[in-house]
Amino acid sequence: MKMKQTASDKSVSIVFYGFITLFSIICLVPFILVVASSFTSEDAILRYGYNMWPREFSLEAYKLMFSTPKMLYAYGVTIFVTVVGTALSMLVSSACAYSLSVKSFYYRNIITFFIYFTMLFSGGLVPTYLWIVKYLKLTDSLWVLILPSLVNPWNVLLLRNFFAGIPESLAESAKIDGANDLVILFKIILPISLPGLATVGLFYALAYWNEWYKAMLYLRTEWKYPLQYIIMQITRNIRFAEELASMGGTVTENPPAYSSQMATAVITIGPIIFLYPFLQKYFVTGLTVGSVKG
Amino acid sequence: MANKKNRVKVNAEGRVEEIKPSLIADAKRNKWLILLCLPVIILLIIFAYIPMGGLYMAFVNYKSTTGIFGSEFVGFENFRAFFSTDAWIRITANTLYLNALFILFTTFFSIVIAIMLSEVKNKMFKKITQSVVILPHFMSWTIVALFSVAIIASDGAINQIIRTITGNPEAGIDFYNNPMAWPPLLVCLRIWQGAGYGSIVYLATITGIDQEIYEAARIDGANRWQQIFRITLPLLKNTIIMLTIMSVGKIFYGDFGMIYALVGNQSQLYSTTDVIDTYVYRLLMTADNLGTTAAIGLIQSCLGFLFVIGCNKLAKVFSPESALF
Repeated sequence: MKMKQTASDKSVSIVFYGFITLFSIICLVPFILVVASSFTSEDAILRYGYNMWPREFSLEAYKLMFSTPKMLYAYGVTIFVTVVGTALSMLVSSACAYSLSVKSFYYRNIITFFIYFTMLFSGGLVPTYLWIVKYLKLTDSLWVLILPSLVNPWNVLLLRNFFAGIPESLAESAKIDGANDLVILFKIILPISLPGLATVGLFYALAYWNEWYKAMLYLRTEWKYPLQYIIMQITRNIRFAEELASMGGTVTENPPAYSSQMATAVITIGPIIFLYPFLQKYFVTGLTVGSVKG
Repeated sequence: MANKKNRVKVNAEGRVEEIKPSLIADAKRNKWLILLCLPVIILLIIFAYIPMGGLYMAFVNYKSTTGIFGSEFVGFENFRAFFSTDAWIRITANTLYLNALFILFTTFFSIVIAIMLSEVKNKMFKKITQSVVILPHFMSWTIVALFSVAIIASDGAINQIIRTITGNPEAGIDFYNNPMAWPPLLVCLRIWQGAGYGSIVYLATITGIDQEIYEAARIDGANRWQQIFRITLPLLKNTIIMLTIMSVGKIFYGDFGMIYALVGNQSQLYSTTDVIDTYVYRLLMTADNLGTTAAIGLIQSCLGFLFVIGCNKLAKVFSPESALF
């Protein structure tokens, strides 16, 4: 039986559609502004400001950027860290998650707590920094962007939840056939867990792609900086220029031109936005499956 | 199968019970499993547990020449030093009230968005808008900071709007010199970045609600507002409590990534934006009394830990299903 909508129910619908539309637009506008501005000539930005549509189409900013070695290096570093980091993270995390999902493994609860505890308590910045710099001597090595982030406890427990959902009989029958856990993991568990692996892999990849804090703390050589840290420096320079101008000073080092700033932002978020429509469903499943309980 | 029989026994009440195997026996039987989780354990020892041990430096007068364990033990001197600075009240207060604002507003907007999306009937519209509102979450704060320059600069979007409305070309907010403008700005950016993403879990909970409850309510003449306030919200209670506990547990951790990317080292804005984590970072960079800096970290970690445990206890009292562990 379908009820007729009352007038008040209809107005509720209008309010809801309206609010969602408005919020979506607010979410999208910055992206459109940035992409449009990156394709606009510097002149047009100076004259008309940022626009939702390039007033004078130009590829100058991109040509300039791809002829700057610093930017190419930064792109290379970001891609290297993301690819190598995600691969290694997935390897150690899925191996550990599988062992924690096997119910006959009596001490798995202790190990789970060992992992969970690192989410509740940490040594904090100073001991970590001194340990990495003075003892591990990872300063200015690209590995400092990878090794400390290899294990994300949350992601390990999320994967464990995915694996725990697989019927035990699959592994049992393989075991009777004489397969060891290594074989079971790679031949049985991983191939049927692709959606879960995709979800966690994306969380890892995104974390590596967006990393700049460790670069700021530990890297010293400019050509090793990842894209995100370059963005950080650009913003800093703009701020600095703005501050100086507001105090009546003159700028000694000009921040990069507006269109170049925007082009840098576009190539940094480009891969995420480009892949996003295909991957979005994995994020959603990941979050809803992954109500991690300790 | 004989092996399996040895591991269980039938207890007095006739129930099957697992016998606790010795560590060595369990390790022998599961040597592959131990091998598989070893890398994670080793990595966590190196990058999480050893730095925890390094917190000992909160109790010494740290000198880089003598190292942590060679430096003089001073008891709680470093803690006293921190609490005798003017900064500690400011950074603690800022951390707490900024996080409280973030939790309050993102939770509110996440729930609003989730409820509205669940009430929207057009599938296509729902799918597209949900994708769009989640997207900002995947942007790093450095990118948001770059975007925000275009919004808050002296000739940025906000000031242009103010000038258009007031008709006064001199009007506007000088964000870089006005600390009072920052808490609302940070809250808005946080909503922009996190509310859509936060709505995912709430929406999943709402989708899981039995449709017959709504059907019955409609037959009884409940309008949509009544359905939202009498059915949806009460059934969201557990999810709300669980997610709030998780964020309240982190209330002593300032969002360094956000604050530092947006505010940076602009000391004129510290009065409202300087949080524990940015303060600690600056102290570390100036290498100024690292013992005190570590002491701050230790206080933060302990309070954070106690808060999660405490909140979890509270949750168990009020709604057992929403407790984390």
